[in-house]
Amino acid sequence: MNLQVDARAVFAYTANHELDASKRTVLFIHGAGLDHSWFGLQSRYFGYHGWNVLALDLPGHGRSAGPALQTVPAMADWLLRALDAAKVASAALVGHSMGTLIALDCAARHAARVERIALIATAYPMKVGEAFLEAARRNEYSAFDMHTIWGHAPQVPLGANPNPGMWMYGDTQARLERLAPGVLHADLKASSDYRFPGGVKCPTLFILGRRDMMTPPRAAKALQEQIPGARSVVIDYSGHSLMAEAPDAVLDALIDFLR
Amino acid sequence: MAVPKYPGFDTLALHAGQSPDAATGSRAVPIYQTTSYVFRDTEHAASLFNMERAGHVYSRISNPTVAVLEERMAALEGGVGAIATASGQAALHLAIATLMDAGSHVVSSGSLYGGSHNLLAYTLKRFGIETTFINPRSLDDWQRAIRPNTRLLFGETLGNPGLDVLDIPSVAEIAHRAKVPLLVDGTFTTPYLLKPFAHGADLLYHSATKFLGGHGTAIGGVLVDSGRFDWDASDKFATLTEAYAGFHNMDFAEESGTRAFLLRARREGLRDFGACMAPMTAFQILQGVETLHLRMPRHVESTRKVVQFLASHAAVAKVIYPELPDHPDHALAKTLLPLGAGAVFSFEIKGGRAAGKTFIESLRIFSHLANVGDAKSLVLHPATTTHYRMSDEDLKKAGITAGTVRLSIGLEDPLDLTDDLDRALRASQK
Repeated sequence: MNLQVDARAVFAYTANHELDASKRTVLFIHGAGLDHSWFGLQSRYFGYHGWNVLALDLPGHGRSAGPALQTVPAMADWLLRALDAAKVASAALVGHSMGTLIALDCAARHAARVERIALIATAYPMKVGEAFLEAARRNEYSAFDMHTIWGHAPQVPLGANPNPGMWMYGDTQARLERLAPGVLHADLKASSDYRFPGGVKCPTLFILGRRDMMTPPRAAKALQEQIPGARSVVIDYSGHSLMAEAPDAVLDALIDFLR
Repeated sequence: MAVPKYPGFDTLALHAGQSPDAATGSRAVPIYQTTSYVFRDTEHAASLFNMERAGHVYSRISNPTVAVLEERMAALEGGVGAIATASGQAALHLAIATLMDAGSHVVSSGSLYGGSHNLLAYTLKRFGIETTFINPRSLDDWQRAIRPNTRLLFGETLGNPGLDVLDIPSVAEIAHRAKVPLLVDGTFTTPYLLKPFAHGADLLYHSATKFLGGHGTAIGGVLVDSGRFDWDASDKFATLTEAYAGFHNMDFAEESGTRAFLLRARREGLRDFGACMAPMTAFQILQGVETLHLRMPRHVESTRKVVQFLASHAAVAKVIYPELPDHPDHALAKTLLPLGAGAVFSFEIKGGRAAGKTFIESLRIFSHLANVGDAKSLVLHPATTTHYRMSDEDLKKAGITAGTVRLSIGLEDPLDLTDDLDRALRASQK
């Protein structure tokens, strides 16, 4: 689905369905440097199981025109304008990594538009290491290397991909190589600088990977304590890229949460 | 904080794509000799069919043993994924059938394996796909041959049998200016000697029958996608960027820009053409891949010894190997193939067809057969075997004469190989 937000082209994957006003909407928000297809299996499932799906490409990512936005609150405000463009009043938000911060900020500052939030691979603060930030600022390939290697569980390069025939490292590198210079740095800096205002009251689910090297479960604990009634699912064998590393476990958790 | 490190080639060759079997703990890759997989329930079945969950449905589409080989090859090549096929020819056909329809055009190197030449020159032409064959060494020829309906540039990393070294960076640049991908056949080099994606190629395939398997026991192919070609930015690939009625109106590039090609190749190509790899074959080829990093250096080392021996032999008119200074691609080989220019090469025997016949029939260690890349040394006379359907003019374009002999150097003691060659060469001159 092609939208116009701030007079710029925006792409939202809808799992090949028209939006239907009688259905609930689930909105997927990708992480730093990635795009809507990071949620490929999960977004497709909900699109074929009675939901409106909007898996957005943030500005400067995937099929959406740039430039990239510079702060998480700016991304959250943009997200609401994207919902307006799609004529969707409210939605359940599913975020991954940086996308979890956008979901959190929406839920904190625009509660009426957010029905519930699922946070996949999150931490607060989501502090990004100086070496990673600096490599991204310089648009060095080593930033892609850090994103790729730390973005998966340690056993991923020496193990099997649940998606037959695919090589997770290669897929991540190929996605990152498509980014315009500066986009990854903008995303990482926005994540690192984000200050959560608190006050989220909607139903919240954390989906975390026990082997996550970027946002380990312990780094989400303080955030969980700030959200009353938040639930948590920890997937033992997964790293940061849970939708690829543990697609069925993530989908099962989302089905249960969004039911 | 230190930059993290990727596993090395040797480690990936042994481990990528396989976790110890969850059910049994088996360290070796189990051979899942099954056609199909039990669904948990009807909902699970529907989700697998509709690509909402990962997993296997039917072994023509995917199989756990075959998937290990696919992922391992993608890892070794630096691609996003791979599809294993019934043969190298099936991999080439799958690539072309995924990318284009009748009315399309391919620009191909003229220095090709005879089977690939047949497919492009005759068989695909019957289905409305035309090919222009050009001299791979002429960048102008590559450029001039491109038409508005061109959908692919294609060549072998080392041309067969003239060993033209494909100038991948330059040809890729020409392809990308025309908004089409470059497909290469990497059979002769394997990812150990050359990683075409690192030089700009977009797609590649191997006849896994050759060095990857390495033991002459199984026929197979593998098609790998770099995931780097932007199908959306080119307006030439409707099979990947428009709704496909044959699979839920899926727009493959919309599903994933990096996976679009492999999605269509698997969901349509394997499903409908059916040239999948058998699990036993995948297992056998994996046994070879696990030692590729040990075998290839030995293949190259022995080849260099044999090449030097032949280059100074009185019965040999010419040796064609890119590491020799008189080879037209010597400088390019130094750049693209620093670890070696492979273990297959040609030479011209003095005395023409009759001498060639006597030579081949006098060999004791070299086997006369239609294959390369075996652990055992092989010999072939291209003009009467792999290239026998080609006209004299096409043979000349491919750099072959009636006296050309092709050798594939195996892993025997290289002194035994040169002794065998010496005896046969002497016999050929009597």
